[in-house]
Amino acid sequence: MRNNRRAVQVSFILLAICAAAIVVSTGAGAQFISPLHVVKAILGQVPFLKEIVGHVPRAEEVVILKLRLPRIAAAVLIGAALAVAGAILQGVIRNPLASPDVIGITEGASLGAVLFIFIFTGTVSIHWMPVFAIIGAFVISGLLYVFAWKGGVSPLRLVLIGIGISAAVKSVSYMLIISGPLQLADRSLTFMTGTIYGMSWDKDVLTLLPWVAVLLPIAWLQSRSVDIQALGDEIASSVGARVQLQRLLLIGLSVALAGAAISIGGAIAFIGLIAPHMARKLVGPAFGKVLPVSALLGAILLLLADLVARTAFLPRDVPAGVFTAAIGAPFFLYQLYRNRNR
Amino acid sequence: MRLFGLIVSLLALAAAMMGSITFGVTDIPISTVWDSFVAFNGGNEHLIIRTARLPRALIAAAVGGSLAVAGAVMQVITRNPIASPSTLGVNAGAAFFIVMAAGWLGVSGLQSFTWIALIGAAVSGGIVFLLGSMGRDGMTPVKITLAGASMAAFFHSLTQGLMLSDGKMFDQVLIWLVGSVAGRDMAQLAAVWPYMAAGMVIALLLSRQLNVLSMGDEIAQGLGQKIVYMRMISAAAVILLAGGSVAAAGPIAFVGIIIPHIVRHLVGNDYRWILPYSAVLGALLLVAADLGSRYIAMPKEVPVGVMTAIIGVPFFVYIARKGRKAL
Repeated sequence: MRNNRRAVQVSFILLAICAAAIVVSTGAGAQFISPLHVVKAILGQVPFLKEIVGHVPRAEEVVILKLRLPRIAAAVLIGAALAVAGAILQGVIRNPLASPDVIGITEGASLGAVLFIFIFTGTVSIHWMPVFAIIGAFVISGLLYVFAWKGGVSPLRLVLIGIGISAAVKSVSYMLIISGPLQLADRSLTFMTGTIYGMSWDKDVLTLLPWVAVLLPIAWLQSRSVDIQALGDEIASSVGARVQLQRLLLIGLSVALAGAAISIGGAIAFIGLIAPHMARKLVGPAFGKVLPVSALLGAILLLLADLVARTAFLPRDVPAGVFTAAIGAPFFLYQLYRNRNR
Repeated sequence: MRLFGLIVSLLALAAAMMGSITFGVTDIPISTVWDSFVAFNGGNEHLIIRTARLPRALIAAAVGGSLAVAGAVMQVITRNPIASPSTLGVNAGAAFFIVMAAGWLGVSGLQSFTWIALIGAAVSGGIVFLLGSMGRDGMTPVKITLAGASMAAFFHSLTQGLMLSDGKMFDQVLIWLVGSVAGRDMAQLAAVWPYMAAGMVIALLLSRQLNVLSMGDEIAQGLGQKIVYMRMISAAAVILLAGGSVAAAGPIAFVGIIIPHIVRHLVGNDYRWILPYSAVLGALLLVAADLGSRYIAMPKEVPVGVMTAIIGVPFFVYIARKGRKAL
């Protein structure tokens, strides 16, 4: 019980940090807006609060609501989705080093997007690109699953084959990029690095929201089966779990979450790797607690990475994916060092 | 028998290189190729052969052989059947260092690139090696594989970020990043071959000790081998071979996995044979893949790195499915 209380405490603290990060990040940028105004502008959207909190200058309100907030909402959703996708995979593969980036889900989504950019740019609306990215993620993960199947799918085979497939898929994407015109190459490469530049409410945020809103609760309901998977195949099947079926379902969930997030934000690296890591450090290994905590951590990480990426090199807007990698890798190395004896 | 096989492979390599010189967007008859060496007349075809086709074939052979030998050595010292310069992030590290040096520090010149590639290979290889061998249970295949894949992902992201922030080098670097042996000249080969040759010689001299090491750390120690020292020298050979290859042709994937596995099937587990066979067959694979890559989307060329990456997938599947015994 004590442990449960700790998980709730940690979640609330993280929620507060996340809210603070949202406010600060909304205010920061080429035009600085005071946090107070940010809070006012957000609360002002609730009809009956508008009179109480007072008004914000019109120009600032437009910047906040139309330019900054969509991007920040997207960062929160994408970060949370990637983190949970990673947490599920790490449970299934039983290795804290697994993540969607490593076993090919991310590369599959990238290939889908790059294919779309090269085949349909100018003829089909860009709104369809996320669909292609998700299809790519599912096709490549499906292939991975089929190749790794040998009377069941073992975590080791998933990792080994995943690494091979992901490298091959990546080089096919690169080949497409090289063979096409230069301005398309720039767009594809930006996608492959991952950026949440220029998000809009209806096109990006509202596309992603249903995925996250539906899949996160489903994942949470599955937390018992993730915990069982973590015990290892023998113990899991001896307590009566249908290991392979559960594994398929969980991998599917992870692919759907990661695919949806990547389709909007591009191949943002390392969130799915380090957020679950941090979460386990904070609340222990039980997935029911890891899930909410890593979702919050993922959101915070991407918010901060994006904040640095768009303010540190003004007026240039560096893709956030560069910074998630720059923060993620050293942290990851440190964790590996700390956990060397586990 | 093994010697005979090696001679046959060498002949096949020679034939493939001959093919690589004669076939392409313009086919050149063999007699002309011969003339271009013995009676150079400065004509178009002779120029193509001496400045484009020959360097390309030679670089493909050198890079293929180096990567295959590097992969074979890495598989012994990490005790991991899918270790190779590409899977353990050595290539990605070398590539990142080169892109960074070219973009930020304004480095140019083939010699300096070679050195930078070597440093990058050493840094990333060293990190992966350390990470993978930490802990009480030592270097487990999964641990080092994931550490390598993560480092490779890290360097990839950084490389992409650098490229996006600097439009000027974008298109030059991009083609190189996939791994290609097209459009190289003799100077490029001259800049890297001493390092590759040094790495190759070290590896071949070590082959007897590698045999001992491949039997396991305890046995090797019991037989009086200083295994840490041995691993360091082997790693130095790997870095020379892989770094030199990246400097010449970019990060080409999976040659270091495919070839040693084929070779082990052919000659068994004796590294005195595995290494020379790997060198020759690795060269053959890359020359042949490069030749094939000219015909897939003629008159455009598919970078040879894409070819090897696609050829490599069945090998990953095969190795992973072969079961626990190999791991």
